[in-house]
Amino acid sequence: MSEPTVTDKEFNIDTVEHASTTPDTDLPWAALGLKSDEYDRIVTILGRRPTAAELAMYSVMWSEHCSYKSSKVHLRQFGEKVTEEMKKDLMVGIGENAGVTNLGDGWAVTFKIESHNHPSFVEPYQGAATGVGGIVRDIISMGARPVAVMDPLRFGDIDHPDTLRVLPGVVSGIGGYGNSLGLPNIGGEVVFDSVYQDNPLVNALAVGVMRHEDIRLANASGVGNKVVLFGARTGGDGIGGASVLASESFDDSKPSKRPAVQVGDPFAEKVLIECCLELFHAELVEGIQDLGAAGISCATSELASNGEGGMHVELTNVLLRDPSLTPGEILMSESQERMMAVVTPANAAEFERVMAKWEVEYSWLGEVTDTGRLIIEWDGETIVDVDPRTVAHDGPVYERPYHRPSWQDSLQADTFRSSSAGQDLPQTAQELGGAVVDLMTSPNMADVSWITDQFDRFVGGNTALSQPDDAGVIRVDEETGLGVALSTDANARYAYLDPYTGAQLALAESYRNVATSGAIPMAVSDCLNFGSPEDPEVMWQFAEAVRGLADGCQELGVPVTGGNVSLYNQTAGRAIHPTPVVGVLGKFDDVGRRTPSGFERWADGQAIYLLGTTADELDGSEFARGRDHLGGLPPKVDLQAEKMLGEILINASRDGMIDAAHDLSEGGLAAGLAEMGLRFGVGARVAVDGICERDGVDPFTALFSESQARALVALPRSEELRFTDMTSARGFAALRIGVVDASSGDLEVAGPYEGGSFTLGLDELREAWSAVIPSRFGTLGEATEAVRQEK
Amino acid sequence: MPRIIVEVMPKPEILDPQGKAIASALPHLGFTDFSAVRQGKRFELTVEGEVTEQVLASARTAAAEMLSNPVIEDVISVRVDDEGAA
Amino acid sequence: MSTETPLIGDFRAAPAANPLGGARIGVVTFPGTLDDRDAARAVRLGGGTAVPLWHADESLQNVDAIVLPGGFSYGDYLRAGAIARFAPMMNKIIDAATASSGTRLPVLGICNGFQMLTESHLLPGSMVKNDHLKFLCRDQVLRVENTSTAWTSQFTADELIAVPLKNQDGQYLADPATLEALEAEGRVVFRYVGENPNGSRNGIAGVTNETGNVVGLMPHPEHAVEAGYGPDDATGMRSGTDGLTIFTSVIASLAGGAQ
Repeated sequence: MSEPTVTDKEFNIDTVEHASTTPDTDLPWAALGLKSDEYDRIVTILGRRPTAAELAMYSVMWSEHCSYKSSKVHLRQFGEKVTEEMKKDLMVGIGENAGVTNLGDGWAVTFKIESHNHPSFVEPYQGAATGVGGIVRDIISMGARPVAVMDPLRFGDIDHPDTLRVLPGVVSGIGGYGNSLGLPNIGGEVVFDSVYQDNPLVNALAVGVMRHEDIRLANASGVGNKVVLFGARTGGDGIGGASVLASESFDDSKPSKRPAVQVGDPFAEKVLIECCLELFHAELVEGIQDLGAAGISCATSELASNGEGGMHVELTNVLLRDPSLTPGEILMSESQERMMAVVTPANAAEFERVMAKWEVEYSWLGEVTDTGRLIIEWDGETIVDVDPRTVAHDGPVYERPYHRPSWQDSLQADTFRSSSAGQDLPQTAQELGGAVVDLMTSPNMADVSWITDQFDRFVGGNTALSQPDDAGVIRVDEETGLGVALSTDANARYAYLDPYTGAQLALAESYRNVATSGAIPMAVSDCLNFGSPEDPEVMWQFAEAVRGLADGCQELGVPVTGGNVSLYNQTAGRAIHPTPVVGVLGKFDDVGRRTPSGFERWADGQAIYLLGTTADELDGSEFARGRDHLGGLPPKVDLQAEKMLGEILINASRDGMIDAAHDLSEGGLAAGLAEMGLRFGVGARVAVDGICERDGVDPFTALFSESQARALVALPRSEELRFTDMTSARGFAALRIGVVDASSGDLEVAGPYEGGSFTLGLDELREAWSAVIPSRFGTLGEATEAVRQEK
Repeated sequence: MPRIIVEVMPKPEILDPQGKAIASALPHLGFTDFSAVRQGKRFELTVEGEVTEQVLASARTAAAEMLSNPVIEDVISVRVDDEGAA
Repeated sequence: MSTETPLIGDFRAAPAANPLGGARIGVVTFPGTLDDRDAARAVRLGGGTAVPLWHADESLQNVDAIVLPGGFSYGDYLRAGAIARFAPMMNKIIDAATASSGTRLPVLGICNGFQMLTESHLLPGSMVKNDHLKFLCRDQVLRVENTSTAWTSQFTADELIAVPLKNQDGQYLADPATLEALEAEGRVVFRYVGENPNGSRNGIAGVTNETGNVVGLMPHPEHAVEAGYGPDDATGMRSGTDGLTIFTSVIASLAGGAQ
């Protein structure tokens, strides 16, 4: 195959020398997304106009997506509101590709969530696929072996035609890419809400593990060391995508700003994973950086500024898929499955051997210098000469104005109980039973296995829990059973009612989910999905959410180790609800101790306890959603109670007291009981009388309120005394509400209401519950049916 | 540079689920004139230099032995791409 | 034993759990192979020694049997298993599995490995996209219908087993004459029980060759070998270990010299 050569090209190369002599040339800085003061600042930094290539670099690196220019001033709190105690297991903090937490026994874990929202709206399959690819490369570039992925997904109304287009594409994209990498998909979320119409949220989490000595950082150290680009070739994918796709709203008046979609090659990524792990194992790289948004611009400037400070690169050495690319386009290209590494000259031959073994293409681009300058040449002529820090770290920082929305007070005053939706509530056994069925067959409570069955949850042989359990659990060390649990959560309805509390509720739920599985929560990663930062009301939501999350992490003692901000999630001036997705990572000394989330068949007769107390907290609830109401104040947060509940669940798991546990969140006790029964098709007989008496609530509230810091557990009668001793020693409310009934397959709920009790057949409930999503998205079912009939 | 085009189709008697799915989706989009769809593969083999009879024979062998699976697919054609040769 | 190439991270030649067992079973890694570590673990838990083999090498390293594990070799580009089939290691395996004299090498192809076996014509038929066109991952019940192969000798006739199923191109096709022959000769080794998950002809999940040493199976027995990490079964969540019998079967048949 012939290599594209420089002589094939007919560019007017804008060299540094040329730029110095042509100060008045008009450059398309505005089209590249820069503001005029930002452009002026570049000119000030350089002392001249930038070259076209320099302008490309600054424009992508100073975009919202890469520079966090609107969010930075708020995100600082994650680093400031940290105690020494919180830092003790933190091996690498915020700022690297992903934070690293010590797991003990010489093991470390790294995890991170990122968004790929806008690309997934434009091209659902490729957008979601490359989202998985990008987050996995972040994990590899820390020196870790990726071991699992999760996907928090949010779509528009389930019956909106665009959801029909976006959801199946996103799901096959995640599966098509993730399944091909050999990474089990161990959980996530699926939420439908009309606020995400035209702005689906496709977030992706990846987790990786490594031995302490394998931790790698993105820095170019060692003067004279060589810089190498390897993996896929560079093409025209997503040029400008970093600054345009990820940062600008989709406004129909600007169709020309929709650039090409990046296309993913999962096979190339899988080979890249194994190839990188072999490089790490043989200690052949000094520093490594994945190429994501802003491609080579980002990799060269970050590696250089985090290391010796300088780098010299010959850009014509980049292997191209499309020989017509200009230098600026090469610098901006977001072609997937590429990595950049720093290698000592002594290791170069061995590096090349590993590349040959895995049949990975590579090209030596240049070397590390201590000049403090990033010099990029094009066929020997200098086209970039910058201080890399000014590109990578010294981008603009905005103190965007923000204020509490004028409508916030009236929204909070519009409580569920005071609204028309809050009248005529179910009271009799029959009405309450019907309400539970309605709840469980609503789109947001329905069975998501149509989606998760398209993901491989077994590969690797280390998955101890996955969807639909509260957390995903992965074994790290096969000898000892050391492992991790992960959960991601957000309730954007709560955050809309009160962003400060809403962010803490997301944290509390994720923390609770991890503890419910039996793991000790250790670290947090977040993906903050919001509307436009240029809207002061959205900016207020953002500022409040960050403040709430930082305060919450401090109170719970779990540090934020990394994350991602996705702004401009709005279309035609309508922002999504603030959606701070919070991922919590927990640790197991032995994942064999993990607690299942449902009643198992052999657990017949076990006692069911409700932990925590129930108040009248229906505002923002799933029940209220079912009646199209959103107003009032979200449930109260009590992080000390969450911490204590967590301790109880963790101790009970470690000491083998409980055989099932499930946290109560959306849908309250009603959903919790139904889900525990549906998990393995095993029923229960419970009564809510005790809750009503003790907490002074009516049966409806007992069933549907979403009060926090609550969980259900099932335990053998022989453990009841030990368990209740533990809860009463802590002064934590625990109430025996019923027993597991494996014989009937029914969920029977008695209470102080007309009719005395209602009974739900789990088989019937399952049929309705599991039909909700396929009935909308099984559109290929017609073809399938035709195919089946033909055979 | 000249190219050789190889076209491979699922055997007529083999069910083509992708084609079937496309066929049933077409009417939903208002395309009602088509009664069936079958989806196949087209390969473009770029040749350095001239396409001799020997090169073409080699392409036919590759098509039969690797580019298609005779259990489920037929090689429909192996031909020189005239436009690509320009 | 050569561990020169750290093929797949932490997967090295794993010593047998039972030191007296000692059958050496090669697990081949191709670019894009995913379940090689799982297959190696299954071999170890079954009492054998897993020997990592690299697709580009030509030495079978005197292994006693071969597992071609699942995954997406070469991204399933072209057709599933179609490019891997031409690897140097595959040629050696084909020769050893069809040797006209001496013992024929037992070969198990799982999922993508099964696809390689049909592409290389060691097994009849072929695999195409699932009839519903989606990747499907679920716990799957199978019936073991042939207990005379090297890989199924320790099952009882018509035993029902639960193993994970996960694939995109799992629909087994063969022409009517081949299907008839397979059925008549008892070469359908595994059959899906319950709803056919992918449209496979006759509900076929796994078949064997005429001599019973080569078996292909679409679902994944290597994911059902360790309590806590397998499919759900009657004893509890993720407790199923039915897949282990495939590995103990081959180790037993090797120990007994039976073929």
